[in-house]
Amino acid sequence: MATYKFQLNGQAAMVESWDPAQPLLYVLRNQAGLHGPKFGCGLGQCGACTVLLDGKAVRSCVTPVRQAAGKNVSTIEGLGTPQKPDVVQAAFIAEQASQCGYCTNGMVMAAKALLAQNPKPSLEQVKQGLAGNLCRCGTHTRIVRAVMRASGAAV
Amino acid sequence: MATATFSRRNLLKTGGALVVSFAMGARVRAQTASGVDAALGKPLDATEVDSFLMVHADGSVTVYTGKVDLGTGLRIAIRQMAAEELELPVERVSLVEGDTALTPDQGGTGGSTGLTRGGVEVRQAAATAREALRKMSPADLASGKRFHLKVDPQAALKDPQTYKVVGQPILRPEIPFKATGRHPYVQDLTMAGMLHGRVIHPPAAGAKLLAVDPASIRAIPDVRVIRIENFLGVVAQDEWAAVRAARELKAKWGEAPALPGSENLDTYVRQGAVDRDAAVVNRGNSATAMAGAAKKLSATYFWPNQGHASLGPSCAVADVREGGVTVWSSVQASHALRLNLAKIFAMPPAKVRVVYMDGAGSYGGNGNDDVAADAVLLSRAVNAPVRVQWMRQDEHGWDPKGPQQLLDLRAGLDSQGNIAAWEAEMWVPMNRPGSRPLLSIDAAGLAQDHGQGAGLMTQNADPPYAAPHVRVVAHYLKDTPLRPSNLRAPGKIANVFAVEAFTDELSAAAGMDPVEYRLRGLTDARAIAVIRRTADMFGWQPKTTRSPQAPGNLLVGRGFAYARYKQAENYVAMAMEVAVDRSTGRIQVRRVACAHDCGLIVNPNALRNQVEGLIVQTLSRTIHEEVKFDRARVTSVDWSSYPILRFPEAPAIEVALIDHPELPLYGAGEAAAVAVPGALANAIYDATGVRLRRVPFTPERVKAALASD
Repeated sequence: MATYKFQLNGQAAMVESWDPAQPLLYVLRNQAGLHGPKFGCGLGQCGACTVLLDGKAVRSCVTPVRQAAGKNVSTIEGLGTPQKPDVVQAAFIAEQASQCGYCTNGMVMAAKALLAQNPKPSLEQVKQGLAGNLCRCGTHTRIVRAVMRASGAAV
Repeated sequence: MATATFSRRNLLKTGGALVVSFAMGARVRAQTASGVDAALGKPLDATEVDSFLMVHADGSVTVYTGKVDLGTGLRIAIRQMAAEELELPVERVSLVEGDTALTPDQGGTGGSTGLTRGGVEVRQAAATAREALRKMSPADLASGKRFHLKVDPQAALKDPQTYKVVGQPILRPEIPFKATGRHPYVQDLTMAGMLHGRVIHPPAAGAKLLAVDPASIRAIPDVRVIRIENFLGVVAQDEWAAVRAARELKAKWGEAPALPGSENLDTYVRQGAVDRDAAVVNRGNSATAMAGAAKKLSATYFWPNQGHASLGPSCAVADVREGGVTVWSSVQASHALRLNLAKIFAMPPAKVRVVYMDGAGSYGGNGNDDVAADAVLLSRAVNAPVRVQWMRQDEHGWDPKGPQQLLDLRAGLDSQGNIAAWEAEMWVPMNRPGSRPLLSIDAAGLAQDHGQGAGLMTQNADPPYAAPHVRVVAHYLKDTPLRPSNLRAPGKIANVFAVEAFTDELSAAAGMDPVEYRLRGLTDARAIAVIRRTADMFGWQPKTTRSPQAPGNLLVGRGFAYARYKQAENYVAMAMEVAVDRSTGRIQVRRVACAHDCGLIVNPNALRNQVEGLIVQTLSRTIHEEVKFDRARVTSVDWSSYPILRFPEAPAIEVALIDHPELPLYGAGEAAAVAVPGALANAIYDATGVRLRRVPFTPERVKAALASD
C-alpha cells in the first residue's frame, strides 16, 4: 500500500492508500479522524468538503490523495477550537451563520481563502467569492455578514 | 518532528473507535450514546414528568424530548422553555433529543410542531415539576430521586411578563462546534468494527436484478457484495473501496414499469385516475354566487416535484445484534422509524432503538428512512455495524419527493371588486395509511407498509380575505409518478402561491393597490398589523397600475403577498423587489421585507434565522427547482441538473418579528415559505406584465413568457 506524506494542519503526517486516486476527503475523515470536511456530492459541485491545499481552497472530494503529497493541507480543525475560534469562525458564531451546519466547513474554508486573497472584500465580492459553495438551509445572508465581519467591516 | 501515521490497520488496532485528531489535540466529541445510557430504563410515557425531566445530583436538569433540532434552533428553545418554568439558568438545563430508548414519543419533527407540541409538552412537565424541584433536598438530589408526578395539564405556567429566559436571543450552543468542524453528525459516527456500505440503485424504479458480476470489482480490496433478491449493496472496511465498488460493480437489470416523464406532468395529473374528491372548504353557495358575479377570472397554477436536496446525502449506522438493532440516524421521526423497522424485521419494538444524531438539513422526509433500512439490511448480512451513506445521485435521484400539485382557481367579483365567489380545485396524491415504503425493503422482497402521505396538502387554498361563497375541492389521485413525501410547508406552498398570485390579478381587475385590496378583505388585527408593518418596512408606494419602466433590459417590479399559515397559525406578509433581465430571462430578487407574527417568541435570533432561511430556500424552490424524470428514472441527479440558489442571487432581507408573549406560540419552521412564491410572481408581473403560473421561474421560461406576451 502506497504512503503519502504531507503537512496536515502544521504537522507532518503520513497516510496510506491502496488507490492513488482515493480522494483526500476520505483519507482526512477516515484515517486522520478529521470530520470537519464533509462529503456533499463527490463531484466538486457543492463545496462541503473544502480544505486548503497550500493556502488554496480545493474540493477534497475530487482531489486525489497523491496530489496532496508534499503539500500543506489545512482543515477547519486547524483554524481554531470552540473555545478559541479563529476570526472567521468567531464571526460565524457571532452572526449565528449556520442552520444545519453541513455546509459550514466549506463556507469557513472558502472564506479563509477569499480573505487571504482579498482582506477587505465588498459585499458583492463576498457573494461572488462564495458562488461555488451551496447552502440548502438558506443561511446566505448571515454567512455573507459573517465574512464581512471577519474582514473587519461594520455589519 | 514526529510524523503521525495513519493506517486502517492502526485504526483497527485501536478498535476503530473514536479517532483522535492529532493536529490540534482536538478530540471528536463522544458520539455514541454511552454518556446518556445511564438513563436507560427511565419512563417514556408522555403523561409522566419523569419521562421529560431528570434532575441530577448537582441540581441541574436534563430534558428529554422526542423532537429534534434540524438546524432550526429547537435545541436552545426547548431548553429556554424548560429553564423558565423550572426557574433555572438555561446553562443548568441540558437536552436529549430523539432517542427512542430515552425520549417520549412526541410525534415526528414536522409540520412546524417542534415547539408547539414538543416545547409545550416539556413546558407543562416543567411547570408541574417546579414546586417539587424546589423542595428537593441535597440528599434527594444525591440519591437520584425522581419526581413520580403525572404531568398536570392545569399546572400554572409562569406569567409571561416575568419571563427571564424565554424571549432572549440566546446563542445556539452547537454553532461553535459547527463553525470549528467539531460538531458530531451521523455522517461522522464511527465505532469499533464498523464497516462502510453503499447501495446500488437500479437504473429504473422497480427493475428486477437479473445478474451480478462480482469479478468486475476484483481489483478493489476487501469488498463483499450483498444481494438480497433485487437489493444490491456492497460492504467494505475502507469507505473509498465501498464507493468504488458500488460504482464499478457490473449488474444486469430487467425492465421496469414506465414513468410518464416530467415534461407534460400537468396534463398527466389532470387526466389521472382519481380515488375520491373531497370538498375541503365549502361555505355559502359558490356556484350561484359565481353565476351572478360582475366579473369572473380564472387561472391555473402548477407546482413541480421538488427534492429535499439535502446538502449531505442521507446516512445511517446500524448495528444488528442479539435479535435487535440500534440505528443512528438523523431521521425526523425516530419513534416512527423504530416501529416501522421492528415490523419489517420482525423484531420486538423493545429490541429496536433509534438514536437521533444531527445530519444535513432534511426539510421533511428525505432519504433518511431509506438509508436506515439499507444499513439494517447490510448490518444483518455481515454481522457488524455498518455505516451507509448515499451518494449524491442516490439522494437526488431516490429520495421521496415533494409531489407536484395542480390548481385551478376561479373567482367572481362584485361591482366593487370584492370577492363574491371563490372556487379552487387541486390535484394532489391520495393518502394511504401506513408507513411510506422503503426502497431496499421492497427490493429485498420483505413485507412492509405501502402507505402514502405528503403532509397536510390541502390547507390554504381558500382566500384569507372576506369571501362569502367559497368552495375548495381536492381531487385525490390514485397514482403519482414519484414516491411522495412531505417537503417543507407541504401543499401550502403551492396553494398560497396560487391564492396570492390570483389575488394580485383580482386587485388589478378591481383597479386597486394590491396592499389596499388585501387590507380591505381583512378584519383580524394581527393580519392587518403584519401587512402594514411589511408595507412600512419596504416603503410600499400604493399603485393601481404596473410600475413604469426605464429603457434598457432590466425591468424592475414590486410584489406583495400575505398568508395565515394553515389558516390558523402564523401571520406572514412579504414584499419583494425584483429585477428581470429581459435579454436573459434571469430574475434577481433585490430585497425582501417580511413581518412575521407567531405569537410568543421563544428565541428571536433563532426565529429570525428560520424566517430568513425560509425566504431564501423558497426563492430557490420557486426560481430554480424541478425534479425532472424521463420514462425510466429521475434525471435531476446532482447540483448541475438540479440547481439551487447561489450566493450572488441572495437578496437583502429585512424581517420584523412581532412578539406576543401573552399569546400561544406557533411553530416557525415553515410559515414564511408560503408567502414567497406569490410575492415573487407578483413582482415579476409588476416588472414585466407577465403572469408566471408555473414553477420554477427559470430563465428559459421567463424569456418564453416575455416573448409570447
